[in-house]
Amino acid sequence: MTVSKDDLIDFVYDEVRMLDEGRYDDWMALWTADGMYWMPLDWKQADPIHETSLMWEDQFMLRLRIERLKGARTFSQKPKSRCHHVIQRPYVDLIDDEAGKYVVTTQMHYVETRLDDQFLLAVTARHDLVLQDGALKIAQKRVDILNCDAAFGNIQLLP
Amino acid sequence: MTTYRTRNDIEALVTPEQVHRDVYISDELFRLEMKHLFANTWVFVGHDSQVPNKGDYYTTQIGDQPVIMVRHTDNEVKVLYNRCPHKGTKIAIDRNGNTGKFFRCPYHAWSFKTDGCLLAIPLKKGYADTGFEKTENSKGMKAVGAVMNYRGFVFARLAEEGIGFEDYFGGSLSSFDNMVDRSPAGRLEVVGQPLRYMHKCNWKMLVENQTDTCHPMVAHESSAGTAVQIFEELGLPKDGPKPPAMEIIAPFMSPYEFFEDMGIRTWPNGHGHTGVHHSIHSDYSAIPGYFEQMVEAYGEEKAKAILGENRHNTVYFPNIMIKGPIQQLRNFIPLGPDKTLVESWIYRLVDAPDQLVARTAMYNRMINAPTSIVGHDDLEMYERAQEGLASDGLEWVNVQRLYPGDEEDFDHEAVENGTTERQMRNQFHAWVKFMIATMPDDAAVLEAAE
Repeated sequence: MTVSKDDLIDFVYDEVRMLDEGRYDDWMALWTADGMYWMPLDWKQADPIHETSLMWEDQFMLRLRIERLKGARTFSQKPKSRCHHVIQRPYVDLIDDEAGKYVVTTQMHYVETRLDDQFLLAVTARHDLVLQDGALKIAQKRVDILNCDAAFGNIQLLP
Repeated sequence: MTTYRTRNDIEALVTPEQVHRDVYISDELFRLEMKHLFANTWVFVGHDSQVPNKGDYYTTQIGDQPVIMVRHTDNEVKVLYNRCPHKGTKIAIDRNGNTGKFFRCPYHAWSFKTDGCLLAIPLKKGYADTGFEKTENSKGMKAVGAVMNYRGFVFARLAEEGIGFEDYFGGSLSSFDNMVDRSPAGRLEVVGQPLRYMHKCNWKMLVENQTDTCHPMVAHESSAGTAVQIFEELGLPKDGPKPPAMEIIAPFMSPYEFFEDMGIRTWPNGHGHTGVHHSIHSDYSAIPGYFEQMVEAYGEEKAKAILGENRHNTVYFPNIMIKGPIQQLRNFIPLGPDKTLVESWIYRLVDAPDQLVARTAMYNRMINAPTSIVGHDDLEMYERAQEGLASDGLEWVNVQRLYPGDEEDFDHEAVENGTTERQMRNQFHAWVKFMIATMPDDAAVLEAAE
C-alpha cells in the first residue's frame, strides 16, 4: 500500500480538528499501542527520558489525561478549557512505503482559553507515523514550543 | 497606606491557630517580607554544579533581589547583587554563562573581578579628585551578606549580620544529607532545565501545601483516582510491573490513615518534613545494581539506613522544598503578593544507574509541570484561595488541625501525627521571628511617626 502526500497532510488536519472539537476517543484511536507524546522542556532537547520534559506520555498516561477531563471532580476543568489550532500546510519530510514509515512537520499556532484567560503558543509538531493494518497511526508526536523556556501557567489541553 | 509599622502590628497577624489573610494579599506586607524576611533568613540560590568552571555564572533572585551566583578564580562560589555600581545596569541577564576572569558592564565597560571587586573603569582620570574612592560604589559589585555551600547547595543571607547557617537549619540538614548520600559518590549534579510554572497566588500557599497531607486524596482525585480506575479496567496484574502513572500518581489516592501514620517532623526556624516513617515514595520499584553500588560505597548497614529513609517533602523555610528519595528541589520564588514563580529542579545521583534519573525526571514532569494533570488541580486550589481571600466575610485563615490547645514549643524538634498543621504553624512562628528580627521596636517607630 502506498501513502500519498495528501494522505499525510489530511491526517494532521484531521488530528488537530479532533483535538479542537474534543473528540478524544477518536483521537486516542490514532495512536499505536506504544505511541509516545513528547513535549520537550528545553530548546532542541535530544533526550526525553533522562532530563525533564513537559510531557513524555505513553498510552496509559494519555488515556488518564483524557478520562480525567470527563470527571465530575476535575476542579481545574470547572469550567472547561477550549482550544484552537491554526496550522500551516505540513511539510512531508519522509515517505517510506516499503518500511511503512512517514514523517510530517507542521507549524501551528495553538490557542487555549478558560474563563477570562487566553494564551497563544507557537509550536512545531513532528509526527512520526506508521502504517498499521492499512491505517496511519502515530508512533510519536513531538511538540516543540517556541518559548519553551518561558514560565507558563496551566496548559491543560493538548497542542 | 501604611498599616504595618511596628513589631506589634506584625505579631498580631499570627495567633496560635490562625493567621490573618493580609499575610497572603497585602502588598505592604509583601514588601516587608522582601525587606525583612528574605534578608534575615538563609535563602536557596542554586547548586554549585550549575557553575562547574571558573567564571561560570547563574542569574536568579533572592526575594526580589537580582543576584549572580558565580565561580570565582579561587574556585569558591560567590553571590553578588546583579547591579552595576555605576548606573544600576544588570551585569548579566542570560540565565547561565561564562564570563571569563571578569564581569564587564555592557553600558560603560566598568569591569569587576568575579568576587565583585572593581577591576577597571575606562577614562578613570575623570574621577580623579572627585572623592569617588570614598563612595561604596567605587568598591565594585556588592556581595550579599553571607554565603554557604552545603554539600553543593548554595544558600545566601542578604543581611550582613544575623543568624548563622548551622543555627538556622540545625537538624533539618539531615534531609539534604540523605538526598546527597543516595549517590554512591556522595555528590549530586543538576540535570537539564528547571520546570518554570507561574502561579497567580501568594508564595506561602505553595510552601504550606508541601506538608498539607489532607489534600492529595481530595484535590487530586481526578488524576490519582482515575489512574487507579483505568488500571483496574485494564485488568493489569497487581504484582507485575506497573505503568509509570500508577507508580508515581496513584499513591496520592492513599487513605487518610496512610498520611496520619507517616508522621510529620518539625525543626526550629520553620523547617519540617512529612514522611517520618514511610511516604508515597516508599514503594518505588528497585533499580537493578543500585543497592550493590551503595553497599560498596557505604557498607551494608549505612546503605540500608540511607535508603530506608523515605522522607516525603522537606520544607526549608522560607521558600524551598526538597524530596530526598526523588532528588528534586522546588523553589517558590515570590514575585508579588499574588504572583509566584515555581522552579522545579532535578539532580542526578553521581555514579548511580541512569534509571534513577529517569524516574526523577518522570516525577518532575508528571507532578510539577505546567502540563501536569496533578499540578493543574493544585494551582486551581491556590488561585481560588487567592481570589477567595478578598472576601470580607472572614478575615482569618485556619491552621488549627491537631493544635494542642496551649502554647506550642517550636524551639525543639518534634514528631507528630502526619496530618497535623503544626508545620504550617511552625512556619508562621518563624515568619514572625524573622520579619521583626531587625525591625526597630514599637516605641521608636511611633515616636518617629509623630
